[in-house]
Amino acid sequence: MDFEFIRAYTPLYAEAAGLTLRISFLGILLSAAIGLLCSLVKIFKIPVLRSIVNGYIEVSRNTPLLIQLFFLYFGLPKIGVVLSSESCAVTGLAFLGGSYMAEAFRTGIEQVPVIQSESGLSLGLTKWQVFRYIILPQAVTTSVPVFCANIIFLIKETSVFSAVALADLMFVAKDLIGIYYKTDEALLMLVAAYLIILLPISLLCSWIERRVRYAEFGN
Amino acid sequence: MQNLGIRILFEGNNFLRLFGGLLVSLRIAVISMVLSVVLGILLGMVMTSKKRPVKFFTRFYLETVRIMPQLVLLFLVYFGAAKHLNVNFSGQMAAVIVFTFWGTAEMGDLVRSALESIPVHQYQSGFGLGMTELQVYRYIVIPQTIRRLLPSVMNLLTRMIKTTSLVVLIGVIEVVKVGKQIIDASRYTVPDAALWIYGVIFILYFVICYPFSRAAALLDKKLKD
Repeated sequence: MDFEFIRAYTPLYAEAAGLTLRISFLGILLSAAIGLLCSLVKIFKIPVLRSIVNGYIEVSRNTPLLIQLFFLYFGLPKIGVVLSSESCAVTGLAFLGGSYMAEAFRTGIEQVPVIQSESGLSLGLTKWQVFRYIILPQAVTTSVPVFCANIIFLIKETSVFSAVALADLMFVAKDLIGIYYKTDEALLMLVAAYLIILLPISLLCSWIERRVRYAEFGN
Repeated sequence: MQNLGIRILFEGNNFLRLFGGLLVSLRIAVISMVLSVVLGILLGMVMTSKKRPVKFFTRFYLETVRIMPQLVLLFLVYFGAAKHLNVNFSGQMAAVIVFTFWGTAEMGDLVRSALESIPVHQYQSGFGLGMTELQVYRYIVIPQTIRRLLPSVMNLLTRMIKTTSLVVLIGVIEVVKVGKQIIDASRYTVPDAALWIYGVIFILYFVICYPFSRAAALLDKKLKD
């Protein structure tokens, strides 16, 4: 193990980790927005839009991110749409994540039995009050664990971005292995970087999950 | 329209080559799926154990797999093993190892939760009726477990098939790599080949994965009623 090497290249990894985090953050934010819109369309059963949303969800869930990226990055420029590595990565992540987030929100809201909102309405609560006090708290408890799992899933998926020439963690690791043949050091730093990013998020998620469980029935 | 890129597919044996590449991806997926299902069932049974060391160890395994991106695991096995164990895995071998390692953990967790979701009184009733342990498993536990497992196992399978697309990054010649070769070979004759080839690969993956997720959704719905 060459610690001098590790020390020398830590800044490079830190930079790549920063990039990974930035892309993940943007992608997850966009995914959540897309997911919210799509789930609303599905819940309110808006005609036409609903079929489009359904189609989008199936396509996005049943194709690999890598192929989506290749299509965006290498395919689209041929019809005049040129995306930079970064915007391509964010678009790809949002395209993939949107459908996962939509399903998370939808199942959350749908698992609250209709009878509950009916009871609320008959008690004289307004529609907004029903949503605010009856549906939302329960929907959140179901959605949050899935939402968290999606966040981790999406951050993990960013590891393929090296394939569209984004200088992320995988890219740096592969580069160092290729140039110096310092396989151990490069891989060790790669694993460490992902642990540093994902472990806190994973722990935070399970903490949040335990907290929101109080809102469930019987707790 | 004199240069419609889609003809690239029908030039020579391009389509057959893509298809051959797809078979390589599918072979990796199928082998790892079979291994994961078998090993995962065993792991799931072990995971229901109440012993603390067993719990700790299986939990640790599961969390490691959940946190590390599959691509990182592929790199670890492909580059790491070559250097340390002095075994030079082919890309395909490395892929099968990683996918099995990952799939077994996920499958194990699914089996564990399915097993644990079966109420204790069902076992007790079975014994109360004078059934042997084997009969209780054969007629009560296993049928219910399978019903609960099927939808999530289907989803796991789609995820595995999707993830095989990553193996191109450790140099396996599969559908994406073949696609690249075709694109590179026709760079000058068909400039927009990339759009068509990647489009076709996109559709191919969709065609394979969609039936699985459709089946999962249907089963899920059917079992809820």
